Amino acid sequence: MINIPVIRWGEPYESLETDEVIHHRTGEVLAKVSQANPGLLARDMRKAARAREALREIPIKDLIEMMKKAGDLYLNATLPLGDGEQTPDDFARQQSASTGLPEHMCKFNMEKNHFVLNHMDQIFDALTRGLDLEILQRGFGVEERGVPVSYQAQSPVLGMVLPSNSPGVHTLWMPVIPMQIGLVLKPGPQEPWTPYRMFAAFTEAGVPREAIGIYPGGGDMGAETVSRCGRVMIFGSTQTVKNYSGNEQVQVHGPGYSKILLGDDVVDQWEDYLDLMADSIYKNSGRGCINCSGVWASRHTEEIAEALAERVGPYEVKDPTDPEAGLAAFTVPGQAEAIWGMIEEGCEESGTTHATEKHGARLEQMERCDYIRPTILHCDSPDLKMANTEYMFPFTSVVKCSQEQMIEKIGGTLVASAITNDETWAAKLTDATNIDRLNIGAMPTIALNWLQPHEGSIVDFLFSARAYQTPDERLKRLCNGG
Amino acid sequence: MAELEQKIEEAKAALNAHVAEIVKWHFSPETGCPFWLDWAKDAGWDPATEVKSLDDLLAKFPNFEDEWLRDKQPEVWVPAKFKGKPFNIFETGGTTGMPKQRIGWEDYKIDYSEFSDTLDDAAFPRDHYWLMVGPTGPRRLRLSIEHLANVRGCSCYFVDLDPRWVKRLISEKQFDQAKAYMEHVVDQATTIMKNRQVSALFTTPKLLESIAERYENEGSSLYDAGIRGVFCGGTTMDPQYTRFLCEELLENKIGFVPTYGNTLMGLAKHKPLTPEDKYSITYYAPQPRALMRVLNPDTNAPVGYGEWGRVELTTLTKEFFMPRFLERDEAIRREPIEPYPWDGVAEVRPFGALTKKIVEGVY
Repeated sequence: MINIPVIRWGEPYESLETDEVIHHRTGEVLAKVSQANPGLLARDMRKAARAREALREIPIKDLIEMMKKAGDLYLNATLPLGDGEQTPDDFARQQSASTGLPEHMCKFNMEKNHFVLNHMDQIFDALTRGLDLEILQRGFGVEERGVPVSYQAQSPVLGMVLPSNSPGVHTLWMPVIPMQIGLVLKPGPQEPWTPYRMFAAFTEAGVPREAIGIYPGGGDMGAETVSRCGRVMIFGSTQTVKNYSGNEQVQVHGPGYSKILLGDDVVDQWEDYLDLMADSIYKNSGRGCINCSGVWASRHTEEIAEALAERVGPYEVKDPTDPEAGLAAFTVPGQAEAIWGMIEEGCEESGTTHATEKHGARLEQMERCDYIRPTILHCDSPDLKMANTEYMFPFTSVVKCSQEQMIEKIGGTLVASAITNDETWAAKLTDATNIDRLNIGAMPTIALNWLQPHEGSIVDFLFSARAYQTPDERLKRLCNGG
Repeated sequence: MAELEQKIEEAKAALNAHVAEIVKWHFSPETGCPFWLDWAKDAGWDPATEVKSLDDLLAKFPNFEDEWLRDKQPEVWVPAKFKGKPFNIFETGGTTGMPKQRIGWEDYKIDYSEFSDTLDDAAFPRDHYWLMVGPTGPRRLRLSIEHLANVRGCSCYFVDLDPRWVKRLISEKQFDQAKAYMEHVVDQATTIMKNRQVSALFTTPKLLESIAERYENEGSSLYDAGIRGVFCGGTTMDPQYTRFLCEELLENKIGFVPTYGNTLMGLAKHKPLTPEDKYSITYYAPQPRALMRVLNPDTNAPVGYGEWGRVELTTLTKEFFMPRFLERDEAIRREPIEPYPWDGVAEVRPFGALTKKIVEGVY
């Protein structure tokens, strides 16, 4: 059992209030995590400017190199954690034990984080659209094409209110430190592991400790993080997304409602895309916002639902240490039961059928956790209640909808993989503002190109482009002609 | 230890005698109040003769119902001996609907005069100025704090905070309004502090945090502002929060006196914090005038020492008798100590705080 402190600009602080992180199968206490009170963050935020100052003392190109080193340390090294140490295997075991994600998926997530850190230079180049790093560092400069530009940081730190159930989201905040912006992390109660291991890896790689704060706590700490940080990224429900709509300080990552759309020109060959559909639904336990939760087509939908049910329905619950385990446990008491209740209720609506029913009971309840096995529904109309839902397990509704209506009826969609060769429809999809990440062609929803922005560019969120006028002589002198 | 045991026994004996005297007072026609005399007639037994000890009281009286304090006119609570003497009407609750009302004459002065003896003169200098920032209006607290200041030769400034309004704003999710109101209160408090000499502050924990933050944002501190003692109560102060207040806001330089009390019971004293306490605050009722027990909510039996339970209050003064009132608080039962040789209650928080959302807000 490890005691994990609050981190106040790099300095450990042991709180008198702790929260236990529990193994979802055995009940073992994996860690006691110090809980911050909102006042601590409020006080520490007075020194937030120092976080950015410390980072600005290091050139961005050096910070990028530190990220690469940190990636290697994160993946391979034994690193300090609270009053103990943590090997990479410990990390995967602990993360699996508290989040319910199978161990091999935790290791896959480590590879993913490592990839992002190791390719930070390319990712940075893509996110900044090839901006000279010196310009971002200085705040102004002249682009190669001779145009003066200026980017102003909107906050010395980025606050992150992180979730418990999806370790994949951490890639989103990794480019922040090399942008010379500090981090205030509020970890999810069941997933303190990544923020602390990243902190250890970053600081061991040379990132100034005072650039990072980690403030574990309850909902009040999340609210304090939102109210105190000039820029905040949070993860939550559709309601959370609505609550912060129009608030430019807050970037909300809600449910993805990601979908595969089969065009009329390819739908008769639907069987060719069955693997792609199954992978999009099932991989990484179906927990991510980029996992597919809807397959939409104008015909053959019953057959598609049957075939997908045949493919994913038989998957069984396996021990999280089993390399074949494909399902993640629900570790919050009552959550799986409540979700299954909603699905059963939805299936009562005429036009909705449960295609995986014949493959055995879906809800499996254990002493300290529950599972829901992959579930495929068929909806014969896009207006049915279950036609546009998302749950944090492999779940998909196959929805019958005309191609003509599809863009309007799918609603907000994080990833749309539209399989079509119809360029007229592709052009309409390109213009659809309810779709964030658009894949045109046979691509699974879970295939991410790291060089592309995710739900808006983090550079645009943290920096504002503005006019900056000064005599040419000064510009040349300060920018050294660059 | 033997000395403490002896004190515990003496306190028990004193409490039993006091219970017998107070019950006799309230249930005798020549001294008692209409409410209890009528109650005894309906109950069919005579408390004046049948209650000789605390055990008798606990065995024979049901829980006091707070509706009685809402529904009845104040005069039903006037003991015969006080008839004709104008009384204070103090209120508690009332965010929506009729508040609970308790009448009184001298009780609050007795409680707070006694409390003054526990204050350190270095933190709460005599012949100086206090500031109360918190619920005034119809609350006993306002007169009590002024009396406490006066007893110490001090005068007190006041800034009001209406907790009913704050609770309503928070319940209705009008967080911006609640924040604006809090800023308004802090503005008034810091104006007084900057323009007058104030050394002692009575306020709620959240307001203390906001006042301190205001000073710190200006590069100053509560200590630099002249504050030497803080008397704080009203909402939950768990150990981590208490530590935060002491270490970060008061810089371990300003005396900190946490309080637990209410209009119905009076004022409990806290055990002075030692390193072994790890900032866990324990309060002791002003026995024998009031008594606090910590009960298992399912069985109504006292919990063991160190265990959580619901707080039950009994008030035993000639002005007011309130047997076995179940508070909306829970706490840990703690052992008697030398200065207070009876049970204490620690880490008080709203009843069910771990299982339901409680609106405490700035108050």
